[in-house]
Amino acid sequence: MKGRIIFKGEVKGEALVTSQPISFYGGVDPESGVLVEKGHELEGKNLKGKILVFPNGKGSTVGSYGIYRMKKNNVAPVGMINKECETIVAVGAIISEIPCVDKIDILQIKTGDTIEIKNNLVNIKK
Amino acid sequence: MYLTKEEERMLDGEYGHAVKKSMEILSALGDIYGAEKLIKVGSVQIAGVSYHNLGDAGLEYLNGLAKDGRVRVITTLNPAGMDLENWRNLGISEEFAKKQNLVIEAFRKMGIIVSCTCTPYLIGNLPRYREHIAWAESSAVTFANSVIGAMTNREGGPSALAAAFIGKTPLYGLHLEKNRIPDVHVEVNTELKKFSDWGALGYCIGKNANNRISYITGIKEASMEELKSFCASVVTYGSKPLFYIKGITPGFEKYETPKEKITVTEEDIKKAYDEINDDTDTIEFVFIGCPHSSIKEISQIAEKLKGKKISSKVEFWVATPRPIKQLSDDRGYTKIIEDAGGKFACDTCVAVAPLKGRFKSLATTSAKACYYSRGHNLMKTKLGSLEQCIDAGVTGKWE
Repeated sequence: MKGRIIFKGEVKGEALVTSQPISFYGGVDPESGVLVEKGHELEGKNLKGKILVFPNGKGSTVGSYGIYRMKKNNVAPVGMINKECETIVAVGAIISEIPCVDKIDILQIKTGDTIEIKNNLVNIKK
Repeated sequence: MYLTKEEERMLDGEYGHAVKKSMEILSALGDIYGAEKLIKVGSVQIAGVSYHNLGDAGLEYLNGLAKDGRVRVITTLNPAGMDLENWRNLGISEEFAKKQNLVIEAFRKMGIIVSCTCTPYLIGNLPRYREHIAWAESSAVTFANSVIGAMTNREGGPSALAAAFIGKTPLYGLHLEKNRIPDVHVEVNTELKKFSDWGALGYCIGKNANNRISYITGIKEASMEELKSFCASVVTYGSKPLFYIKGITPGFEKYETPKEKITVTEEDIKKAYDEINDDTDTIEFVFIGCPHSSIKEISQIAEKLKGKKISSKVEFWVATPRPIKQLSDDRGYTKIIEDAGGKFACDTCVAVAPLKGRFKSLATTSAKACYYSRGHNLMKTKLGSLEQCIDAGVTGKWE
């Protein structure tokens, strides 16, 4: 699949997929990398080392620093794939230097798939 | 997005790390939102100042930028996690203060004015009508767009910093006239009787209009302070940092009344209070000044507090920009408030100070303060008039 580069890079990892937007301020614990928002599809899941696949960010713009804190604590996703990226995730990816691609049909990806991000390309290896 | 030759060189790193990082952010945002080019901004307001929100990682990021990053336009700061002078008196720990001061030092090194207020427009960062600016802090963004008629998107901390280092922002969103046309008519069918009703109205409109621009009718009068409170509430409970009030805010004459209509009744305002207010009889904390108090508000607090005594079981904070406290000192308001047992909290606010676990209950005149105290700081909240809040401070009870 071909998308749009938000922050360029090459990375391979296991997909963690949700159809729900994620808040990186209050919704994810920046110390552990665990998604803590009550009732979220990924509640209790650790984002560490995953290729995180979600439609877009939501909530407070402080979330960009939330992504950066995860990266510094070594609990950040190694890559992010969005349907439609917005300010919080884009800025978070750039300041944290996490490869990020958007304009991808995220429904094609399932949790557990091996994903390779190569700049604007996303390859799924089932 | 089109970049000039100089902007290309900035992106390539010829102007150093902070400028490169900033151009990466601005050009990515420009591409995401389909901006044609970058435009100059008149001023910047930075959010993400409290160490409580930044942590060590955020501090490290800011220190990295402070090495070679210098702002190119007038840039002011949002509240920090503490009063920078009087933090001990507010119960802030030595350890927190040390870290918070390092954050402030990083901003100072960048050439930023250490204003630490959410109301920069009260103390000299005042844009003109239709001036392009790049502001963070949702209440100030809404005030600038709606009450002043300046043009800004709702920036986050890092994107506002990027705009400050470049002096520009991508031309998209609310910087374009075509995106500032009201979508929904909100008819206010009730009289707003007390100050906190403006917060309740912000709750009603924010929840219903959400991401749409409202064109509000039925309001005959509004003070700057009431509008300031409304701005904070409408963007906290909704998300659009722009509205028009017919006959009150600039630019409304240019637009026709939108066809889709929402009505706000007395019943809706009452319901908003019911939803904002929690079930609590005791009050441990009273906070006035979200957004930061004007000198007029300080004078009202002093007048109503004169001769009263705040209960020893209650903390009573008045938040205001430091230059306004200096006016208050001179006028004698500060002495009246402090003699009654109130404390000034300059440079900080209830939403960004490390208060989790310190107080179980809050009384305030601000609907926004209720939202953050409930969500992040797990307090039970009561929204009411200044008189009700002062009574709660004196008795420790919410009647």
